[in-house]
Amino acid sequence: MSLSRLLAIFWARNKEFFRDRSALAWNVLFPVLIVAGFAFAFSDEGVDLYKVGVLGEPEVAEAQFRDLQYVDFIAVDDLQSGLRKVQRHQLDLLMEPGSNRYWVNETSPRGHILERALQGSTGQPLVRQAVQGEPIRYVDWLLPGVLSMNMMFSALYGVGYVIVRYRKNGVLKRLKATPLSAFEFLSAQVISRLWVILLVTAGVFFGMSLFIDFPMEGSYLDLLLIFTLGAMSVISLGLVIASRSASEEFASGLLNLVSWPMMFLSGVWFSLEGLHPLVQKIALIFPLTHLIDAARAVMIDGAGLLQVADRLVVLAAMTAVFLFIGALAFRWE
Amino acid sequence: MASLSRRVSLIVPALIEVRNLVKQFRGVRAVDGASFSIRKGTCFGLLGPNGAGKTTTIEILEGITNPTSGELLYQGEPLGRRFRDEAGIMFQSTSLQEHITVREALKLFARLYPRSVPLKDLVASCSLEDILDRDTHKLSGGQRQRLLLAIALVNDPEVLFLDEPTTGLDPQARRRLWDLVRDIKQRGKTVLLTTHYMEEAYVLCDEIAIMDHGRIIAEGSPKALLAEHFHDVVLDLPAEDFHPQREDPELMVLHCGDRVELLSSDVNDTIRRLIDAGVPLGRLQIRERTLDDLFLELTGKELRK
Repeated sequence: MSLSRLLAIFWARNKEFFRDRSALAWNVLFPVLIVAGFAFAFSDEGVDLYKVGVLGEPEVAEAQFRDLQYVDFIAVDDLQSGLRKVQRHQLDLLMEPGSNRYWVNETSPRGHILERALQGSTGQPLVRQAVQGEPIRYVDWLLPGVLSMNMMFSALYGVGYVIVRYRKNGVLKRLKATPLSAFEFLSAQVISRLWVILLVTAGVFFGMSLFIDFPMEGSYLDLLLIFTLGAMSVISLGLVIASRSASEEFASGLLNLVSWPMMFLSGVWFSLEGLHPLVQKIALIFPLTHLIDAARAVMIDGAGLLQVADRLVVLAAMTAVFLFIGALAFRWE
Repeated sequence: MASLSRRVSLIVPALIEVRNLVKQFRGVRAVDGASFSIRKGTCFGLLGPNGAGKTTTIEILEGITNPTSGELLYQGEPLGRRFRDEAGIMFQSTSLQEHITVREALKLFARLYPRSVPLKDLVASCSLEDILDRDTHKLSGGQRQRLLLAIALVNDPEVLFLDEPTTGLDPQARRRLWDLVRDIKQRGKTVLLTTHYMEEAYVLCDEIAIMDHGRIIAEGSPKALLAEHFHDVVLDLPAEDFHPQREDPELMVLHCGDRVELLSSDVNDTIRRLIDAGVPLGRLQIRERTLDDLFLELTGKELRK
C-alpha cells in the first residue's frame, strides 16, 4: 500500500471532475432546480388528503369517523413520534381509540376541521389534548431527500459509470501495467468521490439556506457524519456495479435499475407511511431510505446520533458488505 | 549468419525467457507453445499477421493476461514485482484520464513508480516541450504516441514494450518515433516491438521472431533470416513492358498487379534471357529480398492483412 500512488490517482480523478464543467454544473444545479421548483409548486399546501394518526388499530379509528371521506388513517408507533408530527402539521390529528383521547394542533386549520368532523361523527365522549407547533412546509421536508438523492446519483454514476468507462477505453489496462494495486486504485476512487460529494452537498446546502429558510434543528456534525456514511454506502454500491462490466450501456442500465427504485421508494418525494407495508419493507433494503430518514430526523426533528443510531448501523453494515463484494469482484479488464 | 547469431545469444544473457507459452481462450488456442528469448540491450521484433497471437503473447509478458501454461522468466526469475517496476509499456490502444494535461499525465505516472526519470529529461527525450500544457485528449496522432512513449519511459525501464507504436501515423511521425526508439536502444535498453511494418522491423530490430497460428515459425536477425531463406534477388518490371516474344520456362515470373517480378539466382543469365525474349529493360529494377517476401513465404499471408 503506497499513499503516494493513492494520492496520485485521487488528484487525477478530482481534476477530471472539477474540470468537467458540465458534470460539475449538473451536480450543483440539479438539486437546486428541483427544490426551487417544488418550493414554487407547493407554496400553498398541495395536499388533498386529511391525515389522522392512530395509536393502535387504524380500522377502529376509521369506524369512529363513519361516512367521512378523504381521510387517510395512518398507524403511529408511539405517542412521542405521533405528537411530533402533529406539531409539524404532518398529521392533522392524532387519536388513541382505546382511551378516547385525541390530540390536535391549535394552529392547524385542517386539524380544526377534522376535530369538528370527529365530534360530529362519534357518539362517545372524547378527551381533547391541545398541541402547538409551526407547520413543516413540503419544501422543508423535501430538502434532505433531494440532497440525499443527489448524493446517490453522484456516487453511483461518478464511481460506477466512470470505472466502466475506464475499463472500456483502456485507462484501467494502462494503470494495471504499473505498480498500482487494485486496492490503491479503488480507495482513490472512493475517497475522491466522497470528498466531491461532501463538498458539493455542503455548497448546495449553504447556498440554498440563503434563499430558503429551511429548518436545521440538529447538529451540523451529526449531519456530516450521516451524509458521510450515506455517501460511502452508495459509493460502495457503485463499486459493486462497476466491478466487472466493460460496457457503458450495460452499466447504464444497471445503474438505472438501482437508482430509479431508490429515487421513488426511499421517501425522497413522499412519506412512505401511507404505502403498503410490503413496499415499506422493500424500501428498507435501499441505503437511500436510511440516509434520508436519518438526515430528516436531524434536520427537522433535531434528533441526535443516538436517536438515529439504528440507521447509522445499517448504513455502516451496507457499506462494509458492498465494499467487500466490490473489491473482491473487481477486475481490471 | 544464423549460426553466428546463435553463438552471440549464448554469450549475451537473456533478459526475458519465454518457454512453451500457451494461452487457451474459449475454443481458440491463441498462443500454442511459443518459445523465444530476448537478449539484454537488443530490440526484439515480434511479427505476425492479425490473429497470429502476438498481442496475446505480449500482453502475457506485460502481466495483463495470465497464460494457460508455460514459463516466463525475467533475469532468470519468474515475473514478479521487480519486473513490474522495471518494465515500461506502450499499449496499442489505451486512453488516459480526461481533462489532464501532458505535464500532469507524466507526473501522475511518475508517482506510481518507486523511481522515475526527471520530468525535464523525459520531455526532452520525447520532444514534448511544445505540448506540455495541452489536454491529453487534444493531441495529434504523433504527439499522442510520443506522450504514450514518454509514459512508458517514466520509470527508466530496463525493458520497453512497444505494441504497434507507429500504426496510423504519417510517414514523418513514424520516422520521428523510430529516431526516439533508436535513442532508447543506444541507452542500453531492451525493446520488445510488435509491428505491421516490415521496414520498421528491418530498421529497428536486432532480432525478429515471426509468429503464425500461435507458434514461432522463424527466429533470428533480419539479415540472417533473409540469407537463410533466400538465395535469389528480384528483378522488377512494369507489366506493360513485359511481353516476351517467346516463352522461356527457365524464367520464374510472378504477376503482381501492374508489376512483374522475376526471381533470379543468376542475374546475368536472367537478363540475357529477357533480352533474347525481346523484353525492353529500360525500366528494370533489381532489389534484394525483403522481410515482406520472407513473411509471405513463411505465412502465405501479407503482413497487413
